[in-house]
Amino acid sequence: MQTHNYDVVIVGAGGAGMRAALESSKDARTAVVTKLYPTRSHTGAAQGGMCAALANVEEDNWEWHTYDTVKGGDYLVDQDAAEVMAKEAIDAVLDLEKMGLPFNRTPEGKIDQRRFGGHTRDHGEAPVRRACYAADRTGHMILQTLYQNCVKQQVEFFNEYYVLDVLMTGDPRTDEGIRASGVVTYELATGEIHIFRAKSVIFASGGFGKIFKTTSNAHTLTGDGPAMAFRRGIPLEDMEFFQFHPTGLAGLGILLSEAARGEGGILRNSEMERFMERYAPTLKDLAPRDVVARAMANEVREGRGAGPNKDYVYLDLTHLEPAHIDAKLPDITEFARTYLGVEPYTEPVPVFPTAHYGMGGIPTNIRGEVLANATDVIPGLYAAGETACVSVHGGNRLGTNSLLDINVFGRRAGIAAAEHAATVDMPELPEGLEQPTVELLERLRDRPATEDRIADIRSALQETMDANVQVFRTDETCRKALADIKELKKRYETVAIQDKGRRYNLDLMEAVELGFLLDLAEIVALGALNRKESRGGHFREDYEARDDVNYLKHTMAYRTLPGEEGVEGTSIRLGTKPVVITRYEPKERTF
Amino acid sequence: MTAVAEKPQAETGAEEIPSFEVTLRIARFNPEDDKGTHWEDFTVTMHGTDRVLDAMHEIKWHIDGSLTFRRSCAHGICGSDAMRINGRNRLACKTLLKDLDINKPITVEPIKGLPVEKDLIVDMEPFFDSYKEVMPFLIAKGQEPSRERLQSAEERERFDDTTKCILCAACTSSCPVFWTDGQYFGPAAIVNAHRFIFDSRDDAGEQRLEILNSKEGVWRCRTTFNCTEACPRGIQVTKAIAEVKQAVISGRV
Repeated sequence: MQTHNYDVVIVGAGGAGMRAALESSKDARTAVVTKLYPTRSHTGAAQGGMCAALANVEEDNWEWHTYDTVKGGDYLVDQDAAEVMAKEAIDAVLDLEKMGLPFNRTPEGKIDQRRFGGHTRDHGEAPVRRACYAADRTGHMILQTLYQNCVKQQVEFFNEYYVLDVLMTGDPRTDEGIRASGVVTYELATGEIHIFRAKSVIFASGGFGKIFKTTSNAHTLTGDGPAMAFRRGIPLEDMEFFQFHPTGLAGLGILLSEAARGEGGILRNSEMERFMERYAPTLKDLAPRDVVARAMANEVREGRGAGPNKDYVYLDLTHLEPAHIDAKLPDITEFARTYLGVEPYTEPVPVFPTAHYGMGGIPTNIRGEVLANATDVIPGLYAAGETACVSVHGGNRLGTNSLLDINVFGRRAGIAAAEHAATVDMPELPEGLEQPTVELLERLRDRPATEDRIADIRSALQETMDANVQVFRTDETCRKALADIKELKKRYETVAIQDKGRRYNLDLMEAVELGFLLDLAEIVALGALNRKESRGGHFREDYEARDDVNYLKHTMAYRTLPGEEGVEGTSIRLGTKPVVITRYEPKERTF
Repeated sequence: MTAVAEKPQAETGAEEIPSFEVTLRIARFNPEDDKGTHWEDFTVTMHGTDRVLDAMHEIKWHIDGSLTFRRSCAHGICGSDAMRINGRNRLACKTLLKDLDINKPITVEPIKGLPVEKDLIVDMEPFFDSYKEVMPFLIAKGQEPSRERLQSAEERERFDDTTKCILCAACTSSCPVFWTDGQYFGPAAIVNAHRFIFDSRDDAGEQRLEILNSKEGVWRCRTTFNCTEACPRGIQVTKAIAEVKQAVISGRV
């Protein structure tokens, strides 16, 4: 075992982690620890753009952006956070440009902007051109640009080190005056344990879309950060709010950017009807994602799905000029050709909603500080990006606001972490803190062989989540998922892996990841069961209306203490946290 | 070793596609045993739109959990799973089985020229070290403007192709010069230098050209076009290298 000492340790090297590192490493000795290589992070898969009210091509202002974010999130957004994000968006985009990001340009040479779902002029009047973009690989360019600047600034990376535990000086559920003290990691190349002792720890470890079967998420998006935080007594906020992106390639879930609709693409059912005109008369195909995904699922349910099994709808780009498609949407049209053999110039592309983004996560305030409960922060502990819940996305994230979130709150977390590190001593680290991690690994590695497989438990989990906790949910389906997860957790307690080695034991890594997925899926299903209303991405067929009287509040899920009884036979206790409302009183959403 | 696994009918968006059996012949190496590098055959049942990565997963998940390879996004964006498939460098997640000859075993080996760590995993550090040597970041002199730097659409288009690079190393590890001389920067590093040399906002072109004019720079390129063929992003790699060579000769971009 090795021990390293740093002022700031950042877990994850996607957009949020590297944006944080660019700030913290200016003033504090910083290590970025990632289970991948930085450029493999899933920020690179984001396509369409990053919104900011630059007003480069038409009138716009950050207040309209704030409003759209709040309304798009179905009023579960903390409005102080949304305001911070929309205001700082402008500098966030300009910072990236100065770092070298090759944005598409207007004829005047300024950063070009295009339309995106839910982003409107003057409080919902009509779509507005707000998304700054680099073709349909904006996330790729952000990831590359941030990595390039980390190379320039000589940021220290620990690549292929898997963080497995977060260390604090006490239990956030019971102890006063605790602080973060480091992380325990597992070096994939050697199988060696490394403890990183740190004054500040930033979680920027991404999402957990792999709880679902049909997803745009990478295989590695297994919610490690939120799950290990939860196991240590940190609550998770609003986990039942998961976004299903309307346009995943049918059957595969690979993302086709909303930019396709921003550039004029149209959704059609089997009768080639532009059905979004019925569901969202003003914004049509550019309504927020929860509205569009539900409309698509509804068309299929009512028998107007296309294809031999009538189980998808079409994204129609055939009326667009091929040259326009090549200039603005080259990657996603390539996906359609490669993976479905469909030529988007001449044929409509089969699409269906795909699990895309977790609105919930580790609760933080607008400085990125992690909360131990509805009010108190844990000094030295920060989170940013999809892993965190600020909450700027509320019940449903608007397209492009994730690339914005990672830049604005990644930066804020980096600044706050460095400031904190400058004011405190290195925390004490008692002996033996790595023991729970060592035991977890040994338990999984040393079990006698079984017929059962990690992969089979994982696909059973993903199947039940897709069947029961997807676009449409009911009391019955949520209970079914919870019961299935309980069974799967039992199987997980005995299942063995086959690779018994130390070096690059990715079999072991997948087993650890599955444990995290099971924990998170249970919290998602329980939150969905408990929230007896429909709001944003959470739609209950048995409670179709939004219920502001009883549910205009964030869900906080806590791991129970030993001896404490959880909800519905789980080890989870549910609490709430008030929504911050500043200038926009909740009203009915129409688009 | 031969093993067979069944897989339930995959859900696809396209028409029903029949399943088929395919054999993967995989180069195995485990540093913790004494077998050395050797081939193992695995036969799996797959479906029409499945990719080589799906077959690799089928083997890892249902036959041999010790089979080791990197992968993440699974749709050609993250650059984790460059492998040598039937003798050509490709991303396993972008190579459809139906596009290969499935009547004979499909060979899968690690990319060449980088030390093999385990099975398909190679040491990527030398690759990233070369990348870092070309100063792969914007260096703009003068006072920073308060708004964005202006750049015309034409100026932006000039280096568009090389911004697509995902650092998967398919090009560099397909280059015969790189196989014999690990010191050569390799195509990927030159592509990433090109991305800045031809960016109108950058002021460090001369320094980069000087680096690339060195012994291990662009002049090692023998224009075999392997890199261009290997690039999963369709970047005209050889053309980019030629443009850098031209710039070195003319001393301007």
